[in-house]
Amino acid sequence: MTRQEKRFMALSLAAAGVLIVPQYAHAMHIMEGYLPPVFCIAWGAVCLPFLAAGVIRLKKAAKQQMLLLAMAGAFIFVVSSLKIPSVFGSCSHMTGTGLAAILFGPASATVLGLVVLVFQALLLAHGGLTTLGANTFSMAVAGPLAAWGIYKLCRRLRAGRKVSIFLAAALGDLLTYCVTSLQLALAYPAAEGGVLGSAVQFLGVFAPTQLPLAIIEGILTVLVIMGLESCAAPELRRIGFLEEVRHD
Amino acid sequence: MTKNIKTALILLAIVVVMTVLPFVVARGAEFGGTDDAGSQMVNQIRGEEYEPWFTPPLETALGGELPGEIESLLFCLQTGIGVGILAFGFGYYTARKKYAPDSEA
Repeated sequence: MTRQEKRFMALSLAAAGVLIVPQYAHAMHIMEGYLPPVFCIAWGAVCLPFLAAGVIRLKKAAKQQMLLLAMAGAFIFVVSSLKIPSVFGSCSHMTGTGLAAILFGPASATVLGLVVLVFQALLLAHGGLTTLGANTFSMAVAGPLAAWGIYKLCRRLRAGRKVSIFLAAALGDLLTYCVTSLQLALAYPAAEGGVLGSAVQFLGVFAPTQLPLAIIEGILTVLVIMGLESCAAPELRRIGFLEEVRHD
Repeated sequence: MTKNIKTALILLAIVVVMTVLPFVVARGAEFGGTDDAGSQMVNQIRGEEYEPWFTPPLETALGGELPGEIESLLFCLQTGIGVGILAFGFGYYTARKKYAPDSEA
């Protein structure tokens, strides 16, 4: 081998070494076994009333608008399976629970979100069974509650429907991450600064990646609802989403 | 082209640009997941390696981590199920609107 060939060989070996190092992209959720048992149980317990309320609401909604409900769930399925790169060189995915929260209320979104989290925890080792409670709280309770609240608030302030949906979905997504950071911080307070100090550090990890994703989630949610408005207006009226005749 | 379609196209374009832009801006970045970064932060704050106290049942069953290809297969499955239901719904509603004699939509 000539010197150049040797160098070429060495370079290819080095590249292979770098590439072989497994890069598991477990985005966003708190990983399995990463939260002490007490916290796992506590967060799970907090979710229970929301779940109960959700099941009651969903029973009604399923009788009325099964397909629409399935579509809201499917939206969560799709966007939470897509890992999207961000400008800061990391990947994460969206939550998608904003749509369900806006259409069917936050409690319904809790149940739909839980279904997705269970699927990912069991089949994908993504998130986890022990951290299910905490992840459910952030993605399927806090996020949807915020999205729903922001949507109602924006509408009351007479903001346009599209703008309201965008803000609700985007901020709901962002809040999910803030809650995740807080959950991690509560379990792992920093030596200096305590819970708050460590919350800021966790937020520093999640927020830059999530900011652009939140915007994308907002846009996608608007798109889906635009599509639904154009072809499923009677259904949207029946679930109380479209109260008045469309004006935009 | 109706105003709605125009808005939709513009919004879609923004989404595509936002997704592709990172590859141009952060060229050569690792694009790792934020969960891993979160776990590393746990170690950093604790000042020692954290040993997860529970392994995912799937990893226990397989005796190791899920192979990357299979993981992407399962993610695709998830996307596929979701897109299937969404497409069915939109197809159903669109066709109903089109063929219903006097739909209110």
